[in-house]
Amino acid sequence: MNGMSLGYVLVRSVILIVLLMSAFAYFMVMERKVIGYFQLRWGPVRVGPWGLLQPLADALKMLAKEDAQPLAADGLVFHVAPALTLFVALAAFAVIPLGPALHIGGFLLPLSIANPSTGLLFVLAVASLGVYGISLGGWASQSKYALLGSLRASAQMVSYELALGMAVISAVVLGGSLSLPRLVAQQSLHTWAFIPDILGFVIFVICSVAETNRAPFDLAEAEGELVAGFHTEYSGFRFASFVMAEYINMFTLSALGALLFLGGWNGPFGLGPSVWWLLTKMALYLFLFIWIRVTFPRIRYDRLMQFGWKVLVPIGFLNLIWISVFVVGGGWR
Amino acid sequence: MGALSQVRSLGRGLATTFGYLFRPRVTVDYPERERPVPERFRGLHILDRHDGGLEKCVGCELCQAACPAHCITVEAAENPPDAAVSPGERYAWRYEIDLLRCIFCGMCEEACPTGAIQLTPRHDFVAFRREDFLVDKRWLTVPDPAVVAPEAEPVRPPAGAGGKMAG
Repeated sequence: MNGMSLGYVLVRSVILIVLLMSAFAYFMVMERKVIGYFQLRWGPVRVGPWGLLQPLADALKMLAKEDAQPLAADGLVFHVAPALTLFVALAAFAVIPLGPALHIGGFLLPLSIANPSTGLLFVLAVASLGVYGISLGGWASQSKYALLGSLRASAQMVSYELALGMAVISAVVLGGSLSLPRLVAQQSLHTWAFIPDILGFVIFVICSVAETNRAPFDLAEAEGELVAGFHTEYSGFRFASFVMAEYINMFTLSALGALLFLGGWNGPFGLGPSVWWLLTKMALYLFLFIWIRVTFPRIRYDRLMQFGWKVLVPIGFLNLIWISVFVVGGGWR
Repeated sequence: MGALSQVRSLGRGLATTFGYLFRPRVTVDYPERERPVPERFRGLHILDRHDGGLEKCVGCELCQAACPAHCITVEAAENPPDAAVSPGERYAWRYEIDLLRCIFCGMCEEACPTGAIQLTPRHDFVAFRREDFLVDKRWLTVPDPAVVAPEAEPVRPPAGAGGKMAG
């Protein structure tokens, strides 16, 4: 980032935030539509042509809602929690490179806000802060369901972060770097990382579903038991912030999955690098999220923990050993 | 072995849902398109007329007696000799149905000796106020083919006719 003035970074940050927000809005519509198609329905079709103005209507509705707050709630924390969650979700995306830097007539446009040499570490560190917003939100609500939901969320996210870490480390060992562009460059030299590291990729997919608290791991907002979990007491735009954060975390994890395991912005069959390849891979990854959500029922809480600690973590360790052996034994040549 | 078959069943689940993506939708775009209801569907009531324009209802009040929900109110009056409303001796000068009470069982239709009250397949009656669901005779009766102009005032019993003069 030589010669990058603060102003330029700021402008790109604003653009990224706007892009993420609109991506969230339209991904929400697409999710509802795709789930509709899975369930032999149409999904939203009434607002605008083909339902395309639905996010606008939803945003207006959210803004017009009463900003309710429980009497017993801890005011400051109650207000800070959704903002914190959303901030963390947006911040994690800052180091995600969407492609190689573009040169538009001598004008350099890097496709990430920052490119630290340990970008991957930054993503993991910031993303794991997200659990604070969720647990604080549930705690500050002073409501039993919200508290139970946030307890579950904290336990689940901490547990699955371990297995997620195992999967990520295997990719790091394979690529020999913590810098996301360099990991992608490694994969363009050899093959995509998921070919030797298929187990790591599978663990990463499972953990990314669990990390974003989505079905079938949405124990934190299990509406059958906990009303809405940690955001039971939230309404209006604060509620929307939580939802936005969840979806932006999905974007981050899908980008991370594509960068670490699916060759990033490299095209398949030796096709050249492009932003569109990464976006396509992200879209497929997000479709997988939805597909998993419509297919599997929510699993029981004790089984969730059991699966995380007794299945995913050991497999992650074994996979890490296998990848280390693979790399020491010459790697992909 | 157990773990493998579990993983396989997860895959089968995913394949099943994926197959549903390409099936035809079951949704009917309701206000634009309607699913046909069965011919004998019991929906909104009408009070029918004979071909000549006379009302079929003779004010016998059997429907009122048969109604399990007590949503029908009938009051009969003697037919005026010069301008008969129905072919019988008497006619219903008041006929009201509370559509919110009605359970659409069709007992009134079965009890009616002249086939005056009938349930039609129409099911899309809506209103903004509860009072609007209390419909009167004028609303229920099918239009008289002979009368082109809008109907006259609601039928009032002539003075001294009939026993019930509640109106």
